Amino acid sequence: MALRDRLPGVRPRPTMGRRLEVVWLYAFPAMTSLFLMLFSLAPFGLWGQSALLPTVALTCVWFWSLLRPEAMAPPVVLLIGLLLDLLGFLPLGVGALTMLTTYGLAQRLRRFLVHKGFATTWLIFTGVACGIGAMNWALVSLLTLRFVASGPVLFQAGLAAAMYPVVAIPLMLAHRSIADPDRA
Amino acid sequence: MLRPSIQARHAVARLTLPVMFIAAFGLMLVGKVDTVLVERARTLVYDLGAPIYAALAEPLGRINKAVTEVVDLWGLRGENARLREENEHLRRWQSIALTLDAENKRLKTALRWIPDPQASYVTARVVADAGGVYAKAVLLALGPNHGLRKGQIALDERGLVGRITEVGSRSVRVLLITDMNSRVPVVLETSRAHAILAGTNGPLPRLLYWSEGTVPKEGERVVTSAEANAFPANLPVGVVRYSANGNPEVEPDAQLRAIDIVRIFDYGLGGFASPETTARPTAGRR
Repeated sequence: MALRDRLPGVRPRPTMGRRLEVVWLYAFPAMTSLFLMLFSLAPFGLWGQSALLPTVALTCVWFWSLLRPEAMAPPVVLLIGLLLDLLGFLPLGVGALTMLTTYGLAQRLRRFLVHKGFATTWLIFTGVACGIGAMNWALVSLLTLRFVASGPVLFQAGLAAAMYPVVAIPLMLAHRSIADPDRA
Repeated sequence: MLRPSIQARHAVARLTLPVMFIAAFGLMLVGKVDTVLVERARTLVYDLGAPIYAALAEPLGRINKAVTEVVDLWGLRGENARLREENEHLRRWQSIALTLDAENKRLKTALRWIPDPQASYVTARVVADAGGVYAKAVLLALGPNHGLRKGQIALDERGLVGRITEVGSRSVRVLLITDMNSRVPVVLETSRAHAILAGTNGPLPRLLYWSEGTVPKEGERVVTSAEANAFPANLPVGVVRYSANGNPEVEPDAQLRAIDIVRIFDYGLGGFASPETTARPTAGRR
Protein backbone atom coordinates (compact mmCIF):
# COMPACT_ATOMS: atom_id res chain seq x y z
CA MET A 1 0.00 0.00 0.00
CA ALA A 2 1.35 3.39 -0.86
CA LEU A 3 2.33 5.64 2.00
CA ARG A 4 -0.35 8.22 1.26
CA ASP A 5 -3.10 5.62 1.67
CA ARG A 6 -2.12 5.26 5.29
CA LEU A 7 -2.23 9.00 5.93
CA PRO A 8 -5.43 10.91 6.64
CA GLY A 9 -6.71 13.15 3.84
CA VAL A 10 -8.78 13.21 0.68
CA ARG A 11 -8.06 10.41 -1.78
CA PRO A 12 -9.87 8.65 -4.61
CA ARG A 13 -12.55 6.10 -3.81
CA PRO A 14 -11.10 2.57 -3.59
CA THR A 15 -12.87 1.17 -6.64
CA MET A 16 -11.97 -2.18 -8.18
CA GLY A 17 -9.89 -0.55 -10.93
CA ARG A 18 -7.94 1.48 -8.42
CA ARG A 19 -7.26 -1.53 -6.25
CA LEU A 20 -6.00 -3.44 -9.26
CA GLU A 21 -3.75 -0.51 -10.10
CA VAL A 22 -2.29 -0.51 -6.59
CA VAL A 23 -1.63 -4.27 -6.84
CA TRP A 24 -0.05 -3.78 -10.29
CA LEU A 25 2.23 -1.04 -9.01
CA TYR A 26 3.17 -3.08 -5.98
CA ALA A 27 3.81 -6.26 -7.96
CA PHE A 28 5.61 -4.57 -10.88
CA PRO A 29 9.21 -5.02 -9.64
CA ALA A 30 8.76 -8.70 -8.77
CA MET A 31 6.86 -9.42 -11.98
CA THR A 32 9.38 -7.72 -14.25
CA SER A 33 12.22 -9.53 -12.50
CA LEU A 34 10.60 -12.95 -12.91
CA PHE A 35 9.59 -12.21 -16.49
CA LEU A 36 13.07 -11.04 -17.48
CA MET A 37 14.61 -14.12 -15.87
CA LEU A 38 12.36 -16.45 -17.85
CA PHE A 39 12.87 -14.37 -21.00
CA SER A 40 16.66 -14.64 -20.69
CA LEU A 41 16.34 -18.41 -21.18
CA ALA A 42 14.41 -18.16 -24.47
CA PRO A 43 16.16 -19.93 -27.35
CA PHE A 44 18.00 -16.97 -28.89
CA GLY A 45 20.94 -19.17 -29.79
CA LEU A 46 23.45 -16.69 -28.40
CA TRP A 47 26.91 -17.78 -27.36
CA GLY A 48 27.31 -17.78 -23.57
CA GLN A 49 23.61 -17.26 -23.04
CA SER A 50 23.62 -19.24 -19.82
CA ALA A 51 25.36 -16.32 -18.11
CA LEU A 52 22.39 -14.10 -18.93
CA LEU A 53 20.04 -15.53 -16.30
CA PRO A 54 22.17 -14.77 -13.21
CA THR A 55 23.06 -11.39 -14.71
CA VAL A 56 19.43 -10.42 -15.18
CA ALA A 57 18.45 -11.65 -11.70
CA LEU A 58 21.30 -9.70 -10.09
CA THR A 59 20.54 -6.50 -12.00
CA CYS A 60 16.81 -6.65 -11.22
CA VAL A 61 17.30 -7.32 -7.51
CA TRP A 62 19.91 -4.56 -7.23
CA PHE A 63 17.88 -2.04 -9.21
CA TRP A 64 14.54 -2.58 -7.47
CA SER A 65 16.12 -2.89 -4.01
CA LEU A 66 17.52 0.60 -4.50
CA LEU A 67 14.42 2.14 -6.03
CA ARG A 68 11.47 0.27 -4.55
CA PRO A 69 12.64 -1.62 -1.46
CA GLU A 70 9.07 -1.95 -0.17
CA ALA A 71 8.06 -3.83 -3.32
CA MET A 72 11.27 -5.87 -3.55
CA ALA A 73 10.86 -7.27 -0.04
CA PRO A 74 13.18 -10.03 1.29
CA PRO A 75 10.63 -12.84 0.68
CA VAL A 76 10.40 -11.77 -2.98
CA VAL A 77 14.19 -11.71 -3.17
CA LEU A 78 14.28 -15.23 -1.71
CA LEU A 79 11.78 -16.39 -4.32
CA ILE A 80 13.87 -14.88 -7.13
CA GLY A 81 16.96 -16.55 -5.69
CA LEU A 82 15.18 -19.91 -5.49
CA LEU A 83 14.05 -19.61 -9.10
CA LEU A 84 17.62 -18.71 -10.07
CA ASP A 85 18.82 -21.90 -8.36
CA LEU A 86 16.24 -24.06 -10.07
CA LEU A 87 16.49 -22.55 -13.55
CA GLY A 88 20.24 -22.00 -13.45
CA PHE A 89 21.11 -25.50 -12.18
CA LEU A 90 22.96 -24.10 -9.20
CA PRO A 91 23.15 -26.01 -5.92
CA LEU A 92 20.00 -25.05 -4.00
CA GLY A 93 20.45 -22.01 -1.77
CA VAL A 94 23.35 -20.40 -3.66
CA GLY A 95 21.14 -18.06 -5.70
CA ALA A 96 18.93 -17.36 -2.69
CA LEU A 97 21.89 -16.41 -0.54
CA THR A 98 23.62 -14.26 -3.17
CA MET A 99 20.40 -12.43 -4.05
CA LEU A 100 19.64 -11.71 -0.37
CA THR A 101 23.21 -10.42 0.02
CA THR A 102 22.69 -8.15 -2.98
CA TYR A 103 19.49 -6.87 -1.37
CA GLY A 104 21.29 -6.28 1.93
CA LEU A 105 24.11 -4.38 0.18
CA ALA A 106 21.61 -2.26 -1.74
CA GLN A 107 19.85 -1.40 1.52
CA ARG A 108 23.15 -0.38 3.12
CA LEU A 109 24.18 1.76 0.14
CA ARG A 110 20.74 3.18 -0.56
CA ARG A 111 21.11 6.38 1.46
CA PHE A 112 24.46 7.05 -0.17
CA LEU A 113 23.36 6.26 -3.71
CA VAL A 114 20.03 8.04 -3.72
CA HIS A 115 21.64 11.42 -4.44
CA LYS A 116 24.24 10.08 -6.85
CA GLY A 117 23.92 9.83 -10.59
CA PHE A 118 23.48 6.83 -12.85
CA ALA A 119 27.22 6.48 -13.49
CA THR A 120 28.08 6.13 -9.79
CA THR A 121 25.33 3.53 -9.30
CA TRP A 122 26.67 1.65 -12.30
CA LEU A 123 30.24 1.76 -11.01
CA ILE A 124 29.21 0.53 -7.57
CA PHE A 125 27.08 -2.17 -9.21
CA THR A 126 30.17 -3.39 -11.09
CA GLY A 127 31.93 -3.85 -7.76
CA VAL A 128 28.88 -5.59 -6.30
CA ALA A 129 28.67 -7.90 -9.33
CA CYS A 130 32.32 -8.92 -8.85
CA GLY A 131 31.78 -9.53 -5.15
CA ILE A 132 28.60 -11.52 -5.71
CA GLY A 133 30.34 -13.51 -8.48
CA ALA A 134 33.17 -14.41 -6.10
CA MET A 135 30.63 -15.38 -3.42
CA ASN A 136 28.74 -17.51 -5.95
CA TRP A 137 31.95 -19.26 -6.99
CA ALA A 138 32.97 -19.91 -3.38
CA LEU A 139 29.55 -21.29 -2.43
CA VAL A 140 29.32 -23.57 -5.47
CA SER A 141 32.86 -24.83 -4.84
CA LEU A 142 32.01 -25.46 -1.20
CA LEU A 143 28.75 -27.25 -1.92
CA THR A 144 30.09 -29.42 -4.75
CA LEU A 145 33.36 -30.01 -2.83
CA ARG A 146 35.67 -29.09 -5.70
CA PHE A 147 37.05 -25.96 -7.26
CA VAL A 148 34.81 -25.09 -10.16
CA ALA A 149 36.28 -23.06 -13.02
CA SER A 150 36.48 -19.34 -12.24
CA GLY A 151 36.28 -18.25 -15.89
CA PRO A 152 32.47 -18.28 -16.09
CA VAL A 153 32.26 -16.16 -12.94
CA LEU A 154 34.54 -13.49 -14.40
CA PHE A 155 32.56 -13.55 -17.63
CA GLN A 156 29.33 -13.25 -15.67
CA ALA A 157 30.58 -10.28 -13.65
CA GLY A 158 31.79 -8.55 -16.82
CA LEU A 159 28.49 -9.26 -18.54
CA ALA A 160 26.56 -7.90 -15.55
CA ALA A 161 28.57 -4.66 -15.65
CA ALA A 162 28.09 -4.34 -19.41
CA MET A 163 24.42 -5.26 -19.35
CA TYR A 164 23.46 -2.96 -16.46
CA PRO A 165 22.31 -0.01 -18.59
CA VAL A 166 20.50 -2.34 -21.02
CA VAL A 167 18.34 -3.66 -18.20
CA ALA A 168 18.26 -0.67 -15.87
CA ILE A 169 17.35 2.09 -18.32
CA PRO A 170 14.10 0.48 -19.56
CA LEU A 171 13.23 -0.36 -15.95
CA MET A 172 13.94 3.23 -14.95
CA LEU A 173 11.68 4.51 -17.74
CA ALA A 174 8.94 2.10 -16.65
CA HIS A 175 9.38 3.18 -13.07
CA ARG A 176 8.87 6.79 -14.05
CA SER A 177 5.83 6.14 -16.24
CA ILE A 178 3.67 3.04 -16.02
CA ALA A 179 4.92 1.87 -12.64
CA ASP A 180 5.28 5.17 -10.79
CA PRO A 181 4.38 4.40 -7.15
CA ASP A 182 3.31 8.01 -6.57
CA ARG A 183 0.37 7.46 -8.89
CA ALA A 184 -1.27 5.18 -6.33
CA MET B 1 -9.04 -3.52 10.71
CA LEU B 2 -6.68 -4.14 13.59
CA ARG B 3 -3.33 -2.58 12.76
CA PRO B 4 -0.13 -3.56 14.58
CA SER B 5 1.69 -0.67 16.19
CA ILE B 6 4.42 1.14 14.29
CA GLN B 7 7.09 -0.32 16.60
CA ALA B 8 5.83 -3.86 15.97
CA ARG B 9 5.83 -3.30 12.23
CA HIS B 10 9.36 -1.90 12.36
CA ALA B 11 10.52 -4.89 14.36
CA VAL B 12 8.98 -7.29 11.84
CA ALA B 13 10.47 -5.36 8.91
CA ARG B 14 13.88 -5.50 10.55
CA LEU B 15 13.61 -9.21 11.20
CA THR B 16 12.51 -10.26 7.70
CA LEU B 17 15.97 -10.14 6.12
CA PRO B 18 17.71 -12.27 8.81
CA VAL B 19 14.82 -14.75 8.71
CA MET B 20 15.13 -14.99 4.92
CA PHE B 21 18.89 -15.57 5.27
CA ILE B 22 18.13 -18.44 7.63
CA ALA B 23 15.60 -19.75 5.09
CA ALA B 24 18.30 -19.59 2.38
CA PHE B 25 20.64 -21.66 4.56
CA GLY B 26 17.73 -24.03 5.12
CA LEU B 27 17.34 -24.36 1.35
CA MET B 28 21.02 -25.16 1.09
CA LEU B 29 20.59 -27.93 3.64
CA VAL B 30 17.54 -29.30 1.83
CA GLY B 31 19.50 -29.25 -1.43
CA LYS B 32 22.28 -31.28 0.16
CA VAL B 33 20.00 -33.77 1.91
CA ASP B 34 17.25 -34.44 -0.61
CA THR B 35 18.67 -34.31 -4.12
CA VAL B 36 15.68 -36.16 -5.57
CA LEU B 37 13.29 -33.47 -4.32
CA VAL B 38 15.45 -30.74 -5.88
CA GLU B 39 15.63 -32.61 -9.16
CA ARG B 40 11.85 -32.97 -9.18
CA ALA B 41 11.38 -29.27 -8.47
CA ARG B 42 13.74 -28.37 -11.33
CA THR B 43 11.98 -30.76 -13.69
CA LEU B 44 8.62 -29.28 -12.70
CA VAL B 45 9.79 -25.71 -13.37
CA TYR B 46 11.26 -26.69 -16.73
CA ASP B 47 8.17 -28.74 -17.63
CA LEU B 48 6.12 -25.58 -17.20
CA GLY B 49 8.53 -23.52 -19.28
CA ALA B 50 9.32 -26.02 -22.05
CA PRO B 51 6.11 -25.59 -24.12
CA ILE B 52 6.58 -21.79 -24.13
CA TYR B 53 10.20 -22.06 -25.16
CA ALA B 54 9.26 -24.62 -27.79
CA ALA B 55 6.73 -22.17 -29.25
CA LEU B 56 9.36 -19.42 -29.23
CA ALA B 57 12.03 -21.63 -30.80
CA GLU B 58 10.54 -21.47 -34.29
CA PRO B 59 10.32 -17.67 -34.81
CA LEU B 60 13.56 -17.02 -32.93
CA GLY B 61 15.28 -19.67 -34.99
CA ARG B 62 14.09 -17.98 -38.15
CA ILE B 63 15.45 -14.61 -37.01
CA ASN B 64 18.72 -16.26 -36.07
CA LYS B 65 18.94 -17.89 -39.47
CA ALA B 66 18.27 -14.59 -41.24
CA VAL B 67 21.04 -12.89 -39.27
CA THR B 68 23.45 -15.74 -40.01
CA GLU B 69 22.57 -15.57 -43.69
CA VAL B 70 23.37 -11.85 -43.83
CA VAL B 71 26.69 -12.50 -42.11
CA ASP B 72 27.39 -15.41 -44.46
CA LEU B 73 26.85 -13.23 -47.53
CA TRP B 74 30.10 -11.45 -46.73
CA GLY B 75 32.23 -14.52 -47.08
CA LEU B 76 30.32 -16.12 -49.96
CA ARG B 77 33.11 -16.16 -52.55
CA GLY B 78 35.73 -17.61 -50.25
CA GLU B 79 33.24 -20.11 -48.89
CA ASN B 80 32.31 -21.19 -52.40
CA ALA B 81 35.91 -21.87 -53.37
CA ARG B 82 36.51 -23.78 -50.16
CA LEU B 83 33.38 -25.90 -50.68
CA ARG B 84 34.37 -26.70 -54.28
CA GLU B 85 37.70 -27.98 -53.09
CA GLU B 86 36.09 -29.94 -50.25
CA ASN B 87 33.54 -31.40 -52.64
CA GLU B 88 36.35 -32.69 -54.90
CA HIS B 89 37.99 -34.25 -51.90
CA LEU B 90 34.75 -35.81 -50.64
CA ARG B 91 33.92 -37.23 -54.06
CA ARG B 92 37.14 -39.19 -53.98
CA TRP B 93 36.26 -40.44 -50.52
CA GLN B 94 32.75 -41.32 -51.62
CA SER B 95 34.02 -43.68 -54.28
CA ILE B 96 36.34 -45.31 -51.75
CA ALA B 97 33.48 -45.61 -49.25
CA LEU B 98 31.16 -47.20 -51.81
CA THR B 99 33.79 -49.78 -52.78
CA LEU B 100 34.49 -50.58 -49.14
CA ASP B 101 30.79 -50.81 -48.34
CA ALA B 102 30.24 -53.32 -51.12
CA GLU B 103 33.26 -55.30 -50.02
CA ASN B 104 32.09 -55.18 -46.40
CA LYS B 105 28.67 -56.53 -47.37
CA ARG B 106 30.25 -59.37 -49.35
CA LEU B 107 32.53 -60.30 -46.47
CA LYS B 108 29.67 -60.18 -43.96
CA THR B 109 27.59 -62.49 -46.11
CA ALA B 110 30.55 -64.85 -46.44
CA LEU B 111 31.04 -64.86 -42.67
CA ARG B 112 27.29 -65.22 -41.84
CA TRP B 113 27.58 -62.06 -39.69
CA ILE B 114 24.64 -61.36 -37.37
CA PRO B 115 23.86 -57.66 -37.80
CA ASP B 116 23.38 -55.38 -34.78
CA PRO B 117 19.72 -54.66 -34.05
CA GLN B 118 18.51 -51.38 -35.50
CA ALA B 119 18.02 -48.83 -32.74
CA SER B 120 14.79 -46.85 -32.64
CA TYR B 121 15.02 -43.11 -32.20
CA VAL B 122 12.94 -40.00 -31.72
CA THR B 123 13.86 -36.53 -32.88
CA ALA B 124 13.51 -33.57 -30.54
CA ARG B 125 14.15 -29.85 -30.68
CA VAL B 126 16.61 -28.16 -28.34
CA VAL B 127 14.73 -25.28 -26.74
CA ALA B 128 17.03 -23.96 -24.05
CA ASP B 129 20.46 -24.08 -22.56
CA ALA B 130 19.91 -26.11 -19.39
CA GLY B 131 23.42 -25.97 -18.07
CA GLY B 132 23.59 -22.82 -16.05
CA VAL B 133 27.01 -21.32 -15.51
CA TYR B 134 28.80 -24.39 -14.22
CA ALA B 135 27.43 -27.12 -16.47
CA LYS B 136 26.95 -27.94 -20.14
CA ALA B 137 23.50 -29.31 -20.87
CA VAL B 138 20.52 -28.63 -23.10
CA LEU B 139 16.78 -28.88 -22.64
CA LEU B 140 14.58 -30.68 -25.14
CA ALA B 141 10.86 -30.01 -25.43
CA LEU B 142 8.64 -33.00 -26.06
CA GLY B 143 5.00 -33.88 -26.01
CA PRO B 144 3.52 -35.78 -23.08
CA ASN B 145 3.97 -39.61 -23.05
CA HIS B 146 7.27 -39.30 -24.89
CA GLY B 147 8.55 -42.49 -23.23
CA LEU B 148 12.18 -41.35 -22.99
CA ARG B 149 14.28 -42.67 -20.14
CA LYS B 150 17.40 -41.65 -18.27
CA GLY B 151 20.57 -42.87 -19.92
CA GLN B 152 19.35 -42.77 -23.52
CA ILE B 153 21.80 -41.38 -25.99
CA ALA B 154 21.58 -38.15 -27.94
CA LEU B 155 23.26 -37.68 -31.31
CA ASP B 156 23.09 -34.93 -33.86
CA GLU B 157 23.61 -35.63 -37.56
CA ARG B 158 27.38 -35.80 -37.10
CA GLY B 159 28.14 -37.44 -33.78
CA LEU B 160 27.61 -38.01 -30.09
CA VAL B 161 25.99 -35.15 -28.18
CA GLY B 162 25.38 -36.58 -24.71
CA ARG B 163 23.08 -38.57 -22.48
CA ILE B 164 19.70 -37.94 -20.88
CA THR B 165 20.10 -37.20 -17.20
CA GLU B 166 16.70 -35.82 -16.16
CA VAL B 167 13.29 -36.68 -17.49
CA GLY B 168 10.14 -34.62 -16.98
CA SER B 169 6.72 -35.03 -18.49
CA ARG B 170 7.29 -32.41 -21.22
CA SER B 171 11.00 -31.79 -21.09
CA VAL B 172 14.22 -33.76 -21.02
CA ARG B 173 17.69 -32.62 -20.00
CA VAL B 174 20.67 -33.87 -21.95
CA LEU B 175 24.10 -33.63 -20.35
CA LEU B 176 26.63 -32.81 -23.08
CA ILE B 177 29.91 -34.67 -23.47
CA THR B 178 31.72 -31.40 -22.74
CA ASP B 179 30.23 -31.14 -19.24
CA MET B 180 32.57 -31.45 -16.30
CA ASN B 181 30.59 -34.45 -15.00
CA SER B 182 30.56 -36.34 -18.29
CA ARG B 183 32.70 -39.48 -18.69
CA VAL B 184 32.41 -41.51 -21.88
CA PRO B 185 34.26 -44.79 -22.49
CA VAL B 186 35.85 -44.47 -25.94
CA VAL B 187 38.08 -46.34 -28.33
CA LEU B 188 40.81 -44.78 -30.47
CA GLU B 189 39.91 -46.00 -33.91
CA THR B 190 43.27 -46.93 -35.44
CA SER B 191 44.94 -48.47 -32.37
CA ARG B 192 41.66 -49.82 -30.84
CA ALA B 193 43.02 -48.66 -27.48
CA HIS B 194 40.48 -47.82 -24.78
CA ALA B 195 40.33 -44.46 -23.04
CA ILE B 196 37.93 -42.23 -21.14
CA LEU B 197 36.65 -38.98 -22.56
CA ALA B 198 36.21 -36.50 -19.74
CA GLY B 199 34.39 -33.18 -20.13
CA THR B 200 35.99 -30.02 -18.81
CA ASN B 201 33.17 -27.50 -19.40
CA GLY B 202 35.39 -26.11 -22.16
CA PRO B 203 34.72 -26.75 -25.85
CA LEU B 204 37.20 -29.66 -26.08
CA PRO B 205 36.85 -32.64 -23.71
CA ARG B 206 40.05 -34.40 -22.64
CA LEU B 207 41.23 -37.96 -23.15
CA LEU B 208 42.24 -39.78 -19.97
CA TYR B 209 43.49 -43.23 -18.96
CA TRP B 210 44.55 -44.54 -22.36
CA SER B 211 46.48 -47.79 -22.32
CA GLU B 212 50.22 -47.56 -21.94
CA GLY B 213 52.14 -47.72 -25.19
CA THR B 214 49.25 -46.55 -27.38
CA VAL B 215 49.48 -42.79 -27.29
CA PRO B 216 46.56 -41.08 -29.05
CA LYS B 217 47.67 -39.67 -32.40
CA GLU B 218 46.82 -36.23 -33.68
CA GLY B 219 43.86 -36.48 -36.05
CA GLU B 220 42.89 -40.00 -34.96
CA ARG B 221 39.17 -40.70 -34.88
CA VAL B 222 37.56 -41.47 -31.53
CA VAL B 223 34.43 -43.64 -31.24
CA THR B 224 32.39 -44.89 -28.30
CA SER B 225 33.15 -48.18 -26.63
CA ALA B 226 30.51 -50.65 -25.43
CA GLU B 227 32.35 -51.08 -22.15
CA ALA B 228 30.22 -50.62 -18.99
CA ASN B 229 27.11 -51.09 -21.15
CA ALA B 230 26.40 -47.36 -21.18
CA PHE B 231 26.95 -46.79 -24.92
CA PRO B 232 26.80 -48.96 -28.01
CA ALA B 233 30.12 -49.43 -29.78
CA ASN B 234 31.37 -47.25 -32.64
CA LEU B 235 29.29 -44.09 -32.40
CA PRO B 236 31.37 -41.23 -33.81
CA VAL B 237 32.64 -38.94 -31.05
CA GLY B 238 35.38 -36.77 -32.50
CA VAL B 239 38.98 -36.34 -33.58
CA VAL B 240 42.10 -36.17 -31.39
CA ARG B 241 43.75 -32.75 -31.15
CA TYR B 242 46.73 -31.96 -28.97
CA SER B 243 46.42 -28.81 -26.87
CA ALA B 244 49.23 -26.28 -26.63
CA ASN B 245 50.52 -27.86 -23.42
CA GLY B 246 50.55 -31.35 -24.89
CA ASN B 247 47.34 -32.86 -23.56
CA PRO B 248 45.28 -34.98 -25.94
CA GLU B 249 41.83 -33.46 -26.40
CA VAL B 250 38.96 -34.41 -28.64
CA GLU B 251 37.28 -32.08 -31.07
CA PRO B 252 33.67 -33.30 -31.03
CA ASP B 253 32.08 -34.24 -34.34
CA ALA B 254 28.72 -32.97 -33.07
CA GLN B 255 28.15 -29.25 -33.38
CA LEU B 256 27.76 -28.65 -29.67
CA ARG B 257 27.84 -24.87 -29.90
CA ALA B 258 24.70 -24.65 -31.98
CA ILE B 259 22.66 -27.75 -31.45
CA ASP B 260 19.23 -27.34 -32.96
CA ILE B 261 17.76 -30.80 -33.29
CA VAL B 262 18.95 -34.04 -31.75
CA ARG B 263 17.99 -37.67 -32.17
CA ILE B 264 17.51 -39.71 -29.01
CA PHE B 265 18.37 -43.36 -29.53
CA ASP B 266 17.10 -46.23 -27.46
CA TYR B 267 19.74 -48.94 -27.57
CA GLY B 268 18.09 -50.76 -24.69
CA LEU B 269 21.19 -50.40 -22.54
CA GLY B 270 20.73 -50.72 -18.81
CA GLY B 271 24.09 -50.12 -17.23
CA PHE B 272 23.92 -46.43 -16.73
CA ALA B 273 23.48 -43.92 -13.99
CA SER B 274 24.58 -40.34 -14.53
CA PRO B 275 27.62 -39.27 -12.51
CA GLU B 276 25.60 -37.02 -10.25
CA THR B 277 22.91 -39.62 -9.63
CA THR B 278 25.06 -42.61 -8.77
CA ALA B 279 24.18 -42.34 -5.10
CA ARG B 280 20.48 -41.77 -5.65
CA PRO B 281 17.72 -44.33 -5.81
CA THR B 282 16.50 -44.40 -9.39
CA ALA B 283 14.05 -47.30 -9.24
CA GLY B 284 10.49 -46.35 -9.99
CA ARG B 285 11.50 -43.14 -11.71
CA ARG B 286 11.01 -42.62 -15.38
